Amino acid sequence: MPYDLERYDTFDVRRYREESPFKIHGGCGLMGMCDESGALRSGEDAILAMAVQHDRGNGLGGGFAGYGIYPEFPDHFAFHMMYHDVAAKEEAEALFDQYFTVDLAEPMPTRPVKGITDAPLLWRYFLKPYENKLEQAELSAEDYVVHVVMTINSSVDGAFVASSGKNMGAFKGVGYPEEIGHFFRLEEYAGHTWVGHNRFPTNTPGWWGGAHPFTLLDWSIVHNGEISSYGINNRYLEQFGYKCALGTDTEVAAYLFDLMLRRHKLPLSLACKALASPLWDDIDRMPEDEAAVMRSLRAVYGPGMLNGPFAIVLGFNGGMVALNDRIKLRPLVAARSGDTVMVASEESAIRAVIPEPEHVWAPKAGEPVIARVKDMEWPIHGDLHLDASAISCAVTGTDQSCDTVEVNA
Amino acid sequence: MTRTMAPGVVEGYLKVAPTVTRDGDAVTIDANGVYYKQLNEAVRQAIDAGAATVRIENVNGQRYIGTGVKASGVRIEVHGTAGNDMAMFMDGPEIEVFGNAQDGVGNTMNAGRVVVHGDAGDVLGYGMRGGRVYVKGDVGYRVGIHMKAYENLVPIMVCGGKARDFFGEYMAGGMLVLLGMNTQFAEQPLVGGFTGAGMHGGVIYLRGSVEPWQCGKEVGIFQATEEDMAELTPILADYAEAMGMDIEQILAEPFTKLAPFSHRPYGKLYAPM
Repeated sequence: MPYDLERYDTFDVRRYREESPFKIHGGCGLMGMCDESGALRSGEDAILAMAVQHDRGNGLGGGFAGYGIYPEFPDHFAFHMMYHDVAAKEEAEALFDQYFTVDLAEPMPTRPVKGITDAPLLWRYFLKPYENKLEQAELSAEDYVVHVVMTINSSVDGAFVASSGKNMGAFKGVGYPEEIGHFFRLEEYAGHTWVGHNRFPTNTPGWWGGAHPFTLLDWSIVHNGEISSYGINNRYLEQFGYKCALGTDTEVAAYLFDLMLRRHKLPLSLACKALASPLWDDIDRMPEDEAAVMRSLRAVYGPGMLNGPFAIVLGFNGGMVALNDRIKLRPLVAARSGDTVMVASEESAIRAVIPEPEHVWAPKAGEPVIARVKDMEWPIHGDLHLDASAISCAVTGTDQSCDTVEVNA
Repeated sequence: MTRTMAPGVVEGYLKVAPTVTRDGDAVTIDANGVYYKQLNEAVRQAIDAGAATVRIENVNGQRYIGTGVKASGVRIEVHGTAGNDMAMFMDGPEIEVFGNAQDGVGNTMNAGRVVVHGDAGDVLGYGMRGGRVYVKGDVGYRVGIHMKAYENLVPIMVCGGKARDFFGEYMAGGMLVLLGMNTQFAEQPLVGGFTGAGMHGGVIYLRGSVEPWQCGKEVGIFQATEEDMAELTPILADYAEAMGMDIEQILAEPFTKLAPFSHRPYGKLYAPM
């Protein structure tokens, strides 16, 4: 399709060269699925849930993330990479050699699919940080990996990290999700947790790196909506070393969760309240101790609040969390059937995979739906639902241990 | 349920005509895996050919069922999960859903009746202009926003469960009823915040009570009078019959009435006197 790119002189075609800069209005579709027993499901289930929501997207972005998919490399950081060209690949690989032991490097297994064109070079790497470099850097392995991801995304022209976690991976690109899933041969993977997305780009370009999920370490985010606070979120995250380089608003949500859950060790319930803050009027009606915590939270994490409509699913090793904006401006339905928890933009997506769930409900705005895989380490500090005194205890860090707060150090 | 077509991409729905069987003036359509466009074409063809009952089986999320259909004396049965925007602009038919309904049901509906024997999603009955919508269970956010009425076109919606924020927001006419009876959210309030916010016409009846903070500042909260109950009871009786519920049980709790203080709350906003 010929574009008159000169009309879009502010659009950086160097970075986003695969797709059109045109603004198209619409919605998105998403799904999340977690088997709390740890049993594995084929990626084909995730594809089916997205295929039913085909009309929620327009073919300009589809993607998935699966957890537990690389049991043969449980302790390696699995990097899924996208390269515009061989030069970008060589530059990124030189960086990998500098930071990591590369135990396996191979092209992503794909197959030709009608409708999927202009794929970048797709490679995956199983990496371990050099011990001596880690010691020199005085960083945790996770912070070390974050540094490399940010360096590649912001500084290596034409190279982008699709995912960088352990025993997980993101599979995304320009196309409908069922086409992207087939392209990446997802039926050959099995995971305890899957998230999926169907994109209908609105304010930002549809290109391979801009498809959902957005990831960092184990975290993956799929999102339906618009993050109107992207600018202030971006500036806030820059202070902590995150660099938003992918041109899609959702990127900030992945980094905000990494900041709040991994680095600041906020309990999940508080992180969700920071992103989808209760309205001031609602806070005024809360019991005083809870209201005090919420006022502090809004003061401290004000620049991290996600303003605008959203339904998001956060996937990670250990489970998933689904969350709506505080006045539910985007659809989200949840279901439970046995050990399986599933969420989607439409109930039909759930029923395509699980025809008769035991329980189907519409989650309340701003209140997370949580699935937790049994016997897996829970990477999030604090209990699922804390009362105000427990929250105060966790935040103020009193000497006495907090009864309801578990800390997985 | 997995459907594949060459060259192996999983398809949510196939763009093929559904299987249709006829028995007198009743038509049965198997919607299993059929794309909404082909499904709705089959529904319209059946109605055009004089079907009195169109029974659609294995529905799972297909959009626009009954949308824009103008006909009288036609009954559509939906077995499964009704997709978005069912009965949008509908003018006359009756749709009965044996399952849940997704978002946007009854959008700008003109006439007819929708009965959902399950829950319904967000923006139910948006801008509804006439006819009735009955839901057995819980409903979502923004239900009945901007319902309107004109002369004998008066939309009526009765929801048997609980509702979330913005119930009856900007309501300009018609009647919106919430019972709080068939709910899976026993611990939660009958209705969310911003109820009737910006409301300037019509009436909302709630079975039970509501706190002033839950309501928009444009509405007054009243106990339903005998006159109000005389208006409401025949509607509840019709609802109870459609749902197989006991009218006495519905009437066993007192009702609260929400009505706007003004029919022109913003009349002086842009043209101050």
